[in-house]
Amino acid sequence: MRRHRLRWWEALPWIAGIVFYFAFPDYLGFGCELLVTILFALSLDLALGYAGIITLGHAAFFGAGAYTVGMLASYNIWTEPITGLLLAALVAGAIGFLSGIVLLRTRGLTLLMLTLCIMALLEQAANMGAAYTGGFDGLPSLPIAPLFGVFDFSALYADTQYLFALAVLFVCFLFVRILVYSPFGQSLTGIRENVSRMHAIGSPVRRRLIVCYTISAALAGVAGGLLAQTTAYVNLAVLGLDRAATVLIVLILGGYGRLYGAFIGAVIYLALEHFLAQVYPTAWQLGLGLMLVVIALFARNGILGLAETLWRRYENRRGPS
Amino acid sequence: MTEVRLETQGLSRHFGALVAVQGIDFKLAAGARHALIGPNGAGKTTFINLLTGVLPPTHGRVLLGGRDITSTAQAGRVKLGIARTFQINRLFRGLSVLENVCIAVTERAGAAGSMFYPAGRRGDLIAEAMELLRTLKLADAARHRVSELPYGRQRLVELAIAIALKPEVLLLDEPAAGVPSAESHIILDAIERLPEHIAVLIIEHDMDVVFRFAKRITVMVSGAVFAEGTPREIEANPQVREVYLGQAAQGAFHG
Repeated sequence: MRRHRLRWWEALPWIAGIVFYFAFPDYLGFGCELLVTILFALSLDLALGYAGIITLGHAAFFGAGAYTVGMLASYNIWTEPITGLLLAALVAGAIGFLSGIVLLRTRGLTLLMLTLCIMALLEQAANMGAAYTGGFDGLPSLPIAPLFGVFDFSALYADTQYLFALAVLFVCFLFVRILVYSPFGQSLTGIRENVSRMHAIGSPVRRRLIVCYTISAALAGVAGGLLAQTTAYVNLAVLGLDRAATVLIVLILGGYGRLYGAFIGAVIYLALEHFLAQVYPTAWQLGLGLMLVVIALFARNGILGLAETLWRRYENRRGPS
Repeated sequence: MTEVRLETQGLSRHFGALVAVQGIDFKLAAGARHALIGPNGAGKTTFINLLTGVLPPTHGRVLLGGRDITSTAQAGRVKLGIARTFQINRLFRGLSVLENVCIAVTERAGAAGSMFYPAGRRGDLIAEAMELLRTLKLADAARHRVSELPYGRQRLVELAIAIALKPEVLLLDEPAAGVPSAESHIILDAIERLPEHIAVLIIEHDMDVVFRFAKRITVMVSGAVFAEGTPREIEANPQVREVYLGQAAQGAFHG
């Protein structure tokens, strides 16, 4: 019950994030991609890991956020980055809320298929509305206003983008952390663990799920908007099945339902993608596939879950202190 | 006769052509210790599901304190004071015993929708959950994961979650089912120590338990009420012996 207290190692990801900025100035574009992926996986963790909402369509909200920022910027309607992300959250959250009202009446496979359908609908809408969305070619060279009117989003160095993304991730992470340890988060865990018992103790289960799904969608929208801002580019790839599956893999790799799984999973996935793909351009996904099989067989709770188990075993061996 | 807390009027439930519960008129008095017995498939659990709103009835009404709650959903009935346990444990298996009870306490206290403070900071709710665990002799297991407990103690957690809701009506669906007889006295002691004002309806197969606990017994057969009365009346009813208990009656009704 005291898990909400901060522990010393929780500072590590943020220290690493700042060290990365100074140590790898040439890799800040990659760093941005990493931060966006972490945020996206974190949003999925809230829905899937904590509330147990099985979804394969989370990229719908990522894409909604990306296109919100992208279209507003492309037509020079709104280019301010912070409020741009808020608008992305608003649009994605609204889509999450409306679809959630319908979807969350169902469970299991039906729910999975319906989340896919919502994503396919949005993808087709973006495809057919090519006059506004740029269709397959997307919207390139988005103009993003300087942060606080001072710091330019330089396409060459991505330094502003990186620090901005790090700050956005930090704020969103704090929000999610407060949420999962709150009584609301506790009741989401209850819904995941045994939904029929939650009904039997008088919990308004569907309302809780809709609220959770809406928040999760809004955060995914922020991640998508952040991608559009940091790369100054949006195309259909932001809301395809590929992206939805990738974020799922990231979360399962790292460990779902444990906050930091998103961090570990994103780092490992992107590192594999980036460096393995350089060495084995055609076969790197084979390595990833093998790793997933091993995780599914031996570490159901992901790399972080495995680490927790090993740590507990080590502590037990040391004896009760 | 004391005040009626829970009442059904002509309550029926059909599953297609199968009539699971048929025209049941039933009264549960305030503070009752009432047992519902009957052979397997008699419709006892379906009846509980109708009382709690898990299933809507095909016909008939459910009244709580004289108020018609037939169309009130399950969660709403819990808020009005009807709690239940399940024949097969429905626990939050991955969580600790304390967390299991805290989820119920928090929900009852109306705090479970709060988002912006840690659950661990509601010391009052945690203290209440701990107190309940103490009365059920579960305090030493508070930090243990539920799935690590022996089955008998898991049954106690099942009971604790229902009691944490501070119900006026408590429906217990075979609370000692699956518990080795050497451990079942823990469950029975806990049930006997329930606050007196709670109206308790217990489904139970073990006649020793029924006769030790119940002040009133209803016998269900084939979805309908077959007999109702005090334990003495039920025991003396030759039809009950014949229809429900068969040969086993001699052993079970030793008095």
